[in-house]
Amino acid sequence: MSVAFSETGRAEFERLLTRYPDRKAVVLPALYLAQKEFGYVSAEAIVYIAGLVGTSPAEIEGVATFYTMYNRKPVGKYHVQICRNISCSLLGAEHLIEHVSKKLGVRPGETTPDGKFTLATAECLGSCGTAPVMQVNDEYHENLTVESIDRILDQLP
Amino acid sequence: MEKVLTTHFANERYRRLDTYRQYGGYEALKKAFAMTPEAIIDEVKKANLRGRGGAGFPAGVKWGFLPKDLSRPRALVINADEGEPGTFKDRVIMTRGPHLLIEGIAISSFALRVHACWIYIRGEFVREAKILDEAVAEAYAAGLLGKNILGSGFDLDVTVHRGAGAYICGEETSLINSLEGKRGWPRLKPPFPASVGAFGMPTIVNNVETIADVPWIVTHGGDTFAALGVEKNGGTRLVGVSGPVNRPGVYELSAGANLKDVIYNVAGGMLDGKKLKAVIPGGSSTPVLRADEIDVTFDIESMARIGTMSGTSGVIVIPEGTCMVRALSVLMNFYAHESCGQCTPCREGTGWLKKLVGRIEEGKGRQGDVELILDLCDNMMGRTICALADAAVMPAQSFIWKFREEFDRHIAEQKCPYGNRF
Repeated sequence: MSVAFSETGRAEFERLLTRYPDRKAVVLPALYLAQKEFGYVSAEAIVYIAGLVGTSPAEIEGVATFYTMYNRKPVGKYHVQICRNISCSLLGAEHLIEHVSKKLGVRPGETTPDGKFTLATAECLGSCGTAPVMQVNDEYHENLTVESIDRILDQLP
Repeated sequence: MEKVLTTHFANERYRRLDTYRQYGGYEALKKAFAMTPEAIIDEVKKANLRGRGGAGFPAGVKWGFLPKDLSRPRALVINADEGEPGTFKDRVIMTRGPHLLIEGIAISSFALRVHACWIYIRGEFVREAKILDEAVAEAYAAGLLGKNILGSGFDLDVTVHRGAGAYICGEETSLINSLEGKRGWPRLKPPFPASVGAFGMPTIVNNVETIADVPWIVTHGGDTFAALGVEKNGGTRLVGVSGPVNRPGVYELSAGANLKDVIYNVAGGMLDGKKLKAVIPGGSSTPVLRADEIDVTFDIESMARIGTMSGTSGVIVIPEGTCMVRALSVLMNFYAHESCGQCTPCREGTGWLKKLVGRIEEGKGRQGDVELILDLCDNMMGRTICALADAAVMPAQSFIWKFREEFDRHIAEQKCPYGNRF
């Protein structure tokens, strides 16, 4: 099944083209746009972007899989990514990951059966002074404790 | 002490153009337009401004690498791909004072005769990218970016470009490939970016903090900036302290601050009366120090003298009771995850380091594993296109050299004496 950007998506794509001297440079932002419009970066989205940019799907696939932020499979409504790097670990991240894993009934990398949460571990999120940290979709949540993490996750509609 | 960057960071409105200008913002740009590009570069050289992204290369010298030939268009790329574990300082500049960066970009671009700039920001910083986008739009609307800036005849376009989750893209040639829409594989050098960089243009890549220092240097002069630091290491540095201290956070300090003082005074000392065991001084790649080694000044040369680096000045504080094998294991997982896979010694080596340190921590280490790790390190260090392999080797070697008994004990007892916990 082929896919295509919405009218606003297409306009954003055209605007992006004006910001670089080379058409191929829009690949990263275009993949974000695809993820936003289609929910994840599907095989069809890759073919579509390749056509727009004027390169092969294999090349776009190679780019999309190089980076961690393009989801090649659908993720839950909330993508919960908990940092497990050194500063967060020193302040209890391992315990938090175990806690959330138990609470949601999934291991890192898995999605809850209702499709609400995907749990993941993340490498350093660059917020070490407010560790432990997690990112839920685009939002950072900092200085986490078991209590605050429960409150944050419980409040998500 | 005089502050270069953070004076007004407590004011939430400082990120807005009108407030920034009330505090004298963009006056340095006006002053710069009355100077020659060469005079600005001279001030930056006099300032002893060292790159704040980790390597500490003198910014003025780097700028001097651009070809004299002006027939080809040039680019300035800002490295805002802040990803070194323990580092979170550029984020503060981007959220609290984005116009410091933009004004720095405008001045630097004028000095370098650049008309196109991209700010490459790590993908996870969605909020920070939005703040930068808003600040760039404000600057365009006020005639501080775009065509004929402030009537000077100078044109400059600035675009915020988001990365997508790859530590390696903090390496400047990898960052350039990523900006061009490719996988973030580091490039072989030469040619260096100053000759062939982004989109084939001669390109200067500078860290956020480096460029944010430039307006102050233009306003107050390079010599004044240099005097805030120590010899060869001018100005102030944003130092990020993380781990169990009473006041973790980012502090603007003299480049000549004392590391012990940073932890015990600036950051308020150890949390809950814990004892200090070790310090990673400049981001996760820099060699670890024991608690008895930290009564030293934090500048680039002083840290090099004791076998480590001030790096990104991300100070990671490790308390007594931490299993150093487990801590190293976390770091080795990270480097194995982030190796781009281009060079065999790094792709294979980081994987092996992860497995070996992991199995020692799990109580399955074998006699000779520690020697094997050190041998692997010898076969990685300096044998790859970029410094990621070195960045994995430096913690591996230093953790073993400084805390060897913990590794041996794990192997002898076939278990983690700390119970596999932090």
